[in-house]
Amino acid sequence: MTAVPTIRPAARRPGHAPAPPVSRRPRARSRTLTVVTGVMVIYTLLPLAWLAISATKNQEDLLGTFGLWFGGEFALLENIGQTFTYQDGIFGRWMLNTVLYVAVGAGGATLLAALAGYGLAKFDFPGRRGVFAVVLIGIACPSTALAVPTFLMFARMGLTDTPWAIIIPSLVSPFGLYLMWTYATEAVPNEILESARVDGAGEFRTFFTISLPLLAPGLVTVLLFNIVATWNNFFLPLIMLKDPDLFPLTLGLYSWNMQANTVGGDVVFDLVITGSLLTIVPLIVAFLLLQRYWQSGLAAGSVKQ
Amino acid sequence: MSITRRRALLGAALSITLLAAGCGGSDEPGAATATAGASEADVKAALEAGGELTVWAWDSTIEPVAAEFMKKYPGVKVKVVNAGTNKDEYLALQNAVQAGSGVPDVVQLEYYALPQFVLSKTAADLTAFGAGSLESAFTPGTWNAVRSGGKGVYGLPIDSGPMALFYNKEVFDKHGIAIPKTWEEYAAAAEKLHQADPKAYITADAGEAGFTTSLIWQAGGKPYTVNGTDVTVNLADAGSQRFTGVWQGMLDKKLLSPVVSWTDEWFKGLSDGTIASLVIGAWMPSNLESGAAAAKGKWRVAPMPQWESGGKAAAENGGSSLAITEAGTKKALAYGFLKYIAVDEGAQSRVDKGAFPATTKELNAAAFKGKEFPYFGGQKVNEVLAESAAQVVPGWNYLPFQVYANSIYGDTVGKAYLGQGNLTDGLKAWQDASVKYGQEQGFTVK
Amino acid sequence: MVTRRSWIGWQFTGPFLAVFALVFLAPIGYSAYLSVFRTKLVGGTGFVGMENYTKTFSDPQFWEGVSRVAIFLAVQVPIMLGLALLVALAIDSGRLYGTGFFRVSIFLPYAVPAVVATLMCGFLYGIRFGLVGSLNEGLGLNIPDPLAPDWILTTIGNIVTWEFVGYNMLILYSGLRVVDTALYEAAAIDGAGQFRIIRAIKLPALRGPLVVATIFSIIGSFQLFTEPQILKSIAPNAITTYFTPNVYTYQLSFTGQQVNYSATIALVMGVATMIVAYLFQRRSLKGVD
Repeated sequence: MTAVPTIRPAARRPGHAPAPPVSRRPRARSRTLTVVTGVMVIYTLLPLAWLAISATKNQEDLLGTFGLWFGGEFALLENIGQTFTYQDGIFGRWMLNTVLYVAVGAGGATLLAALAGYGLAKFDFPGRRGVFAVVLIGIACPSTALAVPTFLMFARMGLTDTPWAIIIPSLVSPFGLYLMWTYATEAVPNEILESARVDGAGEFRTFFTISLPLLAPGLVTVLLFNIVATWNNFFLPLIMLKDPDLFPLTLGLYSWNMQANTVGGDVVFDLVITGSLLTIVPLIVAFLLLQRYWQSGLAAGSVKQ
Repeated sequence: MSITRRRALLGAALSITLLAAGCGGSDEPGAATATAGASEADVKAALEAGGELTVWAWDSTIEPVAAEFMKKYPGVKVKVVNAGTNKDEYLALQNAVQAGSGVPDVVQLEYYALPQFVLSKTAADLTAFGAGSLESAFTPGTWNAVRSGGKGVYGLPIDSGPMALFYNKEVFDKHGIAIPKTWEEYAAAAEKLHQADPKAYITADAGEAGFTTSLIWQAGGKPYTVNGTDVTVNLADAGSQRFTGVWQGMLDKKLLSPVVSWTDEWFKGLSDGTIASLVIGAWMPSNLESGAAAAKGKWRVAPMPQWESGGKAAAENGGSSLAITEAGTKKALAYGFLKYIAVDEGAQSRVDKGAFPATTKELNAAAFKGKEFPYFGGQKVNEVLAESAAQVVPGWNYLPFQVYANSIYGDTVGKAYLGQGNLTDGLKAWQDASVKYGQEQGFTVK
Repeated sequence: MVTRRSWIGWQFTGPFLAVFALVFLAPIGYSAYLSVFRTKLVGGTGFVGMENYTKTFSDPQFWEGVSRVAIFLAVQVPIMLGLALLVALAIDSGRLYGTGFFRVSIFLPYAVPAVVATLMCGFLYGIRFGLVGSLNEGLGLNIPDPLAPDWILTTIGNIVTWEFVGYNMLILYSGLRVVDTALYEAAAIDGAGQFRIIRAIKLPALRGPLVVATIFSIIGSFQLFTEPQILKSIAPNAITTYFTPNVYTYQLSFTGQQVNYSATIALVMGVATMIVAYLFQRRSLKGVD
């Protein structure tokens, strides 16, 4: 297991400092290309359009009218109101839980990945070569089979049915590690580190004051991937949590969906759908807010000055 | 540092297994206290003394009735947790038992799942608390189910699902279809309906193990016999053949809608009349009311179609019990709660909240039978359902690994529903796979 | 590498690896331990040595799942990455109206949680009331049932493509953003057209990102689980309980109470996945460094 596959080849080309994206040569816009790519967008957005339209329907129209057109009554606001008040407003609680899990889990995962990726990129240490192999083993084993052993271990440690059962596993992001590794290799010039050492700065101080700012765009990228992963985490909470007060949104919506399945259960497909839409909205907002970092973020080397 | 830490963790993991292996069957402490003369007096004392109980149940009527219980016994605190619906809960229970922590005191188990937890000694025997004397309180079918083929009583029934024919009267009337009395008539009605309106089907069946076994049950089949760890599986007995005879004909003519039960599509079909009837358990009314609200006033209930003309046989479909876990430390208190929910005040209170009772007293109460259901056009639905409860064919058993067996129904019989192969071969494959699993798990299977 | 060999790197990498060890390695070690035992409902637990492993290799259900994901890998991954590449090139070309809109729209499916996807699939692929049904009826088309056994793998491929095209597009797109514009200018002076620039400059530049994307796609294919599991709820007969190795291990440990055998299959699959990923990486990076 030698080199990590990195996106180095592109960035490595010597002799030219990459120009910032804005200064790219403006080219004629093409209608044809836009239309062809537009087909792809229709493909990706069609199911989401169904979701958005369905969220405006009441239960009766939901089951009675065509999916890609509006029902008789525009019930979006009522649906949102009901979603937040149903079962004593537990949906709001789930949303807060999710925010907590995302803040601690995704935030922590990003920090750990940044530290580790940087460590792997910038230091030689005994066992370094083995790390890649070990991480690969970890992610190559089917997670479903590891779920029961993980549960048993966590139960022994008294972690099940606590927020930690969700947060601790969220703290590891192998893909994030990968990305930060690649990124740190390119974005943090060795010369700066050398001079910092000459000045007698400690390694962690150097990391936080010099390297981290250089890594910022990469951090944001990894953060975004981690936010999505934690926000949508379902399988683990399903096994680890019993107490509905601890549920994240995904598990909460699942439990509402399952209600249709039970004796005397209240069928609330309309709330499940509206809740689903509300679950996606914060992620879209996060995308839009972070996308400007993103353009330069994944692009290792683009800020290498 | 990291390396030693990892090693320590690995060691921890190993020791967990050893512990788990060591305390596999927790058959000592609870059972000892139970047999050491815990009695109804002890239960009463426990209720007075109070304490805290954790209950796992997904049935939505349990929580409000638990609140009433706590009013009556202020010393007792009951925490009702929805730990998942059926299979999700069973998995959680298995996990908790194996981990030896987080096991609830009381747990909801469907009848088909109970034997599995009896076998693994998860569900405690309630005989010592006087449960044996409750036999006459419950319908024979549900009582038989909580006996689980053994000598003990492993739970108290909380609801039942004697089957009946739920049908959309508007659709039936429109196409001049009379209420089918036998399964042959049902098949004929299916053909007539589908010919008159190619979008409409008499019912939806995408292949559901619980439905198939219930129909075999009604047909007098006894595909499963269980005697301790000796098990037989015969899905080619007379009852099974009766089922395949009628059902294969309907499949061949494509008279069954392939929509899967409990999906939104299914509720859609029940709402708009394209699924014109269901033969299903007596708990269905409340689900129709909330899931197919648009069809209010159109549905009616009739007795289940018969395999012999003039017959009066029914079967159970679904239904669940509350069991006390062997790992629980407050069994007497838990039993007090169980009895309140299943037999005493709670039974009536749950019926008022929409549950279908398993107790003969509630089933035969005039108020219960006389209740008119606006959703069903004012029909006194419970009269039909209570009658069905009295006609359930006795002597049915589920396998002690029925949860697994049902999960592979689609693998084996499923193809027949897709028009590849037939039900008889499918049932044979299901039988073979069930036998193989049983043998691998250490049962003596024939 | 800027430092001489020292232990300082462990201080940076340690925290990640500690959590990684707890969350990934300890369960794997535990699974390895479990894989040499067998627990029966009747008769308890016993040591069986390598029996679970020999059983794995002669288990037709296991092999059926493996061959299914192998086909999936061979067909779906190239299509998905090909589409991702085309979209990335299109967006990078600067010739689109509304670049930002395209970038976000195509990435969006990745953000849809599985629970939501289940409901969407019911609507899109439902035989009676779904979009396919409506199209057939309304336009007189004859689209085959996407949930029939012959088509279900294609449908899954479609769903996975839908979800992950944008994700992979971004990895590739970012790779393109770092290409030095001076190279384009030099090419333009040489009179190279768009397609020649793509072939001579952009594609070579994407080699690294493509390797990353492919390795993650290989792992994703071998671990195919969520999508079949979702579709099982609306197509219970077309998706077996051993449809893919990961679905199989789920069934074994969650429903079948065969945790030992499940752990064995997981380890076998883990090793197989690693070998394939490693071979791919070695082959594709040959001559790069």
